[in-house]
Amino acid sequence: MVVESVAAGAGAAANRRAAVQVQEVTKIFGSGEERVVALDDVSVAVHENEFFTLLGPSGCGKTTLLRLIAGFDHPTAGAILLHGADISALPPFRRPVNTVFQSYALFPHMTVADNIGFGLKMQGKPTDEVARAVDDMLRLVRMEELKNRQTSQISGGQQQRVALARALAPHPKVLLLDEPLSALDLKLRKEMQIELKRLQNETGITFIFVTHDQEEALTMSDRVAVMNQGRILQVGSPRAIYDHPAERFVANFIGDTNFLEADIVSAANGEATVRLASGRTVRATAPEGSAPEGKVTVVIRPEHARLARGRDEAPLSGRLEHVVYFGTDTHYHLRLDGDVPFVVRMQNIRDNEEDFRAGEELGVEIARNAVQILKD
Amino acid sequence: MTDRAGSLEAGTSGEMAGSAAARQATRNRWLLLSPALVIIVLAAAGPLLIVLVYSFLQKGNYAGVIWELSPDAWFNVFLERDIFDDTVSFADAHLSIFLRSLRLAFLATILAFLVGFPTAYFIATRPARSRNIWLFLITIPFWTNLLIRTFAIMEILRNEGVINVVLLSAGVLDEPIQMLYTDFAIAVGLLYVYLPLMVLPLYASIEKLDFRLVEAAYDLYATRWRVLRHVIFPLVRPGVVAGSILVFIPALGAYVTPRVLGGGKNMMLGTLIEFQFGQGRNWPLGSALSLTLMALVMVALMVYVRSTAGKGGEYG
Repeated sequence: MVVESVAAGAGAAANRRAAVQVQEVTKIFGSGEERVVALDDVSVAVHENEFFTLLGPSGCGKTTLLRLIAGFDHPTAGAILLHGADISALPPFRRPVNTVFQSYALFPHMTVADNIGFGLKMQGKPTDEVARAVDDMLRLVRMEELKNRQTSQISGGQQQRVALARALAPHPKVLLLDEPLSALDLKLRKEMQIELKRLQNETGITFIFVTHDQEEALTMSDRVAVMNQGRILQVGSPRAIYDHPAERFVANFIGDTNFLEADIVSAANGEATVRLASGRTVRATAPEGSAPEGKVTVVIRPEHARLARGRDEAPLSGRLEHVVYFGTDTHYHLRLDGDVPFVVRMQNIRDNEEDFRAGEELGVEIARNAVQILKD
Repeated sequence: MTDRAGSLEAGTSGEMAGSAAARQATRNRWLLLSPALVIIVLAAAGPLLIVLVYSFLQKGNYAGVIWELSPDAWFNVFLERDIFDDTVSFADAHLSIFLRSLRLAFLATILAFLVGFPTAYFIATRPARSRNIWLFLITIPFWTNLLIRTFAIMEILRNEGVINVVLLSAGVLDEPIQMLYTDFAIAVGLLYVYLPLMVLPLYASIEKLDFRLVEAAYDLYATRWRVLRHVIFPLVRPGVVAGSILVFIPALGAYVTPRVLGGGKNMMLGTLIEFQFGQGRNWPLGSALSLTLMALVMVALMVYVRSTAGKGGEYG
């Protein structure tokens, strides 16, 4: 339960109502030889007013899950609930859910304003109400002056904003975003990340965001679900996912990590004492809902460790092989006793510029709460 | 044309100051064009000119023309003079044939669209591999002579034909429905003959359609019908226009279909023109009618072109 308690922050999550509940959903495409299990018994709950991210490599099933929520595809098994009501059988046009597409999918035969007003018009809203909503949306995404342009006459970033405005205009209960920033260049992407957060705060709409970019997921989300091979491996706040990855894939996919073999000495209440290959014991966090025993793998983030000259007291020790300077920080590549590679990342703050040189035998100190036991 | 080509070449060669390569290129271009030019001049422009001239001559007593200038043919296209009291009135017979031709060509175009659009949509949404098979099937009717195919339709529609026999023996009908030699038969025939000309351009347009836009419209509360109306139709408009032109124009001047399926009474422009050159023995009137048909086609084309130029054209 450790991971979940971190995810909940002040414990608010438990009290929040679910906007979308995905219940034991399986999606299979094709049959026979070409049978592909895109989603394998996936269950997850997205809270109201939450910025929820589905993170995973391409082909992990994140877009399939999004399409099931939007209604473009229907689950082979399982149910999808929107505010408690089963919407699995409804067509997309009967779901109060809108999508921002990766390709934007703006209607090329309509102006910016017509694109934004399309959803409301289809809902049968009176013309003046549509016009007012379109103006509001244009203001929200700061595009007032491009109202009457054709969509082919505006830039990629502007198209992105129009796509957002179009999906937000009917005030959906949930907004689905399918890698909406992937086509933008880096600078624009950073701007849009902030913009998206702002829009989510201002509208109070639940956002479900799909990305393969871990940085995007960590910076924008309230909670992240890490997916691989049609399964959700871990759900939690960005901090929980990053600091306490429960699975090897999660640890590997998000950020850089050191993997070490260890033996469980004792374990209780999500805490454990493990013995490292060096023979020293350290405190470690056990993954949610499991009681580890015997041989385990632990992970330590490079920035959660630091080099020390006195190698006898340090929990790990080894030989510094090379040093890579990055400006803001420096990466120290070590080979631990027992021939295990290990990376330490230290920030280049003025008062800790000790001069470690390749070839030195050094100790490695580990920050408190920095050792995480993996499930497998 | 050859003279013009020569003089053009002489003019440019002076300016280009002995650019032999350029002259060679020009000569090659005209050389390559020449077969097409010869065919156009001999087979299209020439006869058309003859038709134009004939339309202003007097009719011969036993077909042919008398080489005397006369506006009679053009007068007779639209008007007729009463034999007894010389009063002039609209040529009702011709007018009704014009109207029937327009009506049937229009009907055939609409029907071809109604049948052709779902067909083209179906083919365009198949997996890429099977699309070619479906397209191939669409072109199969072209393998057989039009006349034979039209007689086949006759077999189906006539009083002792397939439809009537089946309905009679099933007890649905007491006596056969008269389908052959009606406007209905002509419309069915035109639809059958020109349907592929509607399906193919429609297919080309739908195949290029970005179906993510369709999903986007579904997502934004558009029902299936509204997606069709607000997204798919506007985007495949070039295909609709091209298909309509390709069906409407030949249907307007169709000859074999109204001749075989319409019988003697239900004439269309094509059969009327043939009649004037044949039994009618009025070549000038036939010529004038031909040119009138051409004018109608041109007007139709201009209307279509105008309707595409404004919007929709660039999104196919």
